[in-house]
Amino acid sequence: MSIDIQGLYKRFGDFVALDNIDLTIPAGQLVALLGPSGCGKTTLLRIIAGLETADRGQVLFDGVDASRRHVRERGVGFVFQHYALFQHMSVFENVAFGLRVRPRAVRPSASQIQAKVKTLLELVQLGWLADRYPHQLSGGQRQRIALARALAVEPQVLLLDEPFGALDTKVRKELRRWLRRLHDELHITSVFVTHDQEEALEVADRIVVMNRGRIEQIGSPEDVYDAPATPFVYQFLGHINLFHSRVHAGWARVGGLRVQVPEYDDTENAPALVYVRPHDIDLLREPEDGDTTLPATVSRVSALGSVVRLELIQSPGGEIAEVEMTREHYAVDPLRAGDMVFVKPRQMRVFLHDDPKIEPLVHWNGDGDGI
Amino acid sequence: MHGSPNHNPVSTIATEPAIIRGSLIALALTFLTLFLFVPLVAVFYEALRKGVAVYTAAITDPYALDAIRLTLLSTAFAVPLNMLFGIAAAWAIAKFEFYGKSVLITLIDLPFAVSPVIAGLIYVLLFGAQGWLGPWLTEHDIKIIFAVPGIVLATVFVTVPFIARELIPLMQAQGIEEEEAALVLGASGWLTFWRITLPNIKWGLLYGVVLCTARAMGEFGAVSVVSGHIRGLTNTLPLHVEILYNEYQFAAAFACASLLTLLALVMLALKTLIERQTARQRQIPASEETP
Repeated sequence: MSIDIQGLYKRFGDFVALDNIDLTIPAGQLVALLGPSGCGKTTLLRIIAGLETADRGQVLFDGVDASRRHVRERGVGFVFQHYALFQHMSVFENVAFGLRVRPRAVRPSASQIQAKVKTLLELVQLGWLADRYPHQLSGGQRQRIALARALAVEPQVLLLDEPFGALDTKVRKELRRWLRRLHDELHITSVFVTHDQEEALEVADRIVVMNRGRIEQIGSPEDVYDAPATPFVYQFLGHINLFHSRVHAGWARVGGLRVQVPEYDDTENAPALVYVRPHDIDLLREPEDGDTTLPATVSRVSALGSVVRLELIQSPGGEIAEVEMTREHYAVDPLRAGDMVFVKPRQMRVFLHDDPKIEPLVHWNGDGDGI
Repeated sequence: MHGSPNHNPVSTIATEPAIIRGSLIALALTFLTLFLFVPLVAVFYEALRKGVAVYTAAITDPYALDAIRLTLLSTAFAVPLNMLFGIAAAWAIAKFEFYGKSVLITLIDLPFAVSPVIAGLIYVLLFGAQGWLGPWLTEHDIKIIFAVPGIVLATVFVTVPFIARELIPLMQAQGIEEEEAALVLGASGWLTFWRITLPNIKWGLLYGVVLCTARAMGEFGAVSVVSGHIRGLTNTLPLHVEILYNEYQFAAAFACASLLTLLALVMLALKTLIERQTARQRQIPASEETP
């Protein structure tokens, strides 16, 4: 089932949680709502589910307005961050609940329920836990049971609210791969909320990046990572280096470095910010001709698994920049703290300072862990 | 201490010398013996001092039986009423945001703060012959003060907080996620209450009911004001004890008092049982958290 969201607006007191959201979720896709806490992503999910009502706007399921349909008639499956399993019921009863509470006319027989629950528990690979109680399960098991319970009512839409947020890193990684495989098997239109960019990039077909009740960008994981539409997306997804710059007649200047920015051909001497990803930087021993490098000093070298991270101090301004490279690349010419280098960005993005899309508060090395 | 500090709840660093420990324990025990245990024994001792015959005569006296009946009756009204109110209030406070919530919470606590005698007086002022509603009530031949309805009302008033107070923090801690999950799965509000909410609060509810029952049976002050002390009609067990005592029928007074004491002890035992049960329930989820 496809979901259409039109002009959704919601406020809690003075706080605008959703500010005119328009969004289309095609049938069968797995979509991530990604953003920092308080960006409205959970509110959006809860409005789609019917657990919250919007002040304005519509939610359409397959083109039909569902805004007035009660949550129990929407046919959605919802998975909560803290599982919300029924504590006093066995795993079997938890999964069977949605079938047992159906009106008598459409309620499956006891043997049908038995069979259905068994199938679902096998689907989540936990058939052997049917008689346990939620408090006897681990977090990962609980969340899989919660998913089986949500799937029992054969929802047309599956909504997951930070489904792995309460789990530790290792289990989280396992579970999100498992969720991806499950989605490939079932093809239910699914929306999940997360503040973890890595999770969104790994699992989703499409990512909706949200900030302050608005959508910043919608696109495939490659789109949002490689071509961020706004400074916020740039900062939120992955690490960045940020340089102050001035743009004049199609050229941006950072210290001695000059870059052509054709989109700002008509701009006259305006302050701007330049965003560069740590892995989009080459380090040279000698300066290049033609104002393409910036001098800097290596201040720290740390090896982090497969990559080596170098911290640089820019020579004139004293600003700190971060560079990442593979171990192999580093091994060719190992730099040490104190070495003089020349920074050559391979790719960068320039946003004018008065660009309305620029956040008033930007962090220097805005790390994109998205807390 | 290299032993196993994890299994020893009292850390050695906070342990006082034996002499201080001993004297503190002795002090507490002396206090408890003097003020709680001795009176408890005295009640039964005094009750049985003149023999079993006097004891049985005292508690099978028609007036005593009437008093017992009235006490049970007002308890039978107060407890279910407060159960309904307590669940409704706790549900509203814990699961919804609304204007005037803090006022409601304060109001629930009012009977704790107000002296029961004043609670009784309020009813006299409202419903008594000289009260605000007195003339109207007389006109329609409704008797509240110096009659059974007044006693029930007074009992309900003083026991209002017990169940609500017990349930509010419990339901607040539980949140509304399980209810939401049930709704999304297609359950009606009614089904959600019976299958999800009620099972989750049943021990807390039972605990509140026990406390409420104990208080309802033992209430004296408020009931005394509205009762009028008409033997056989508006006398509850605690009032009956007072009357007997004032008439110097000590053995009979203590016999009836021993009945109340027994009821209290039963409630205490029930309360302990429930506490143990809830402690066990809370313990299990906390004891594990491994993937």
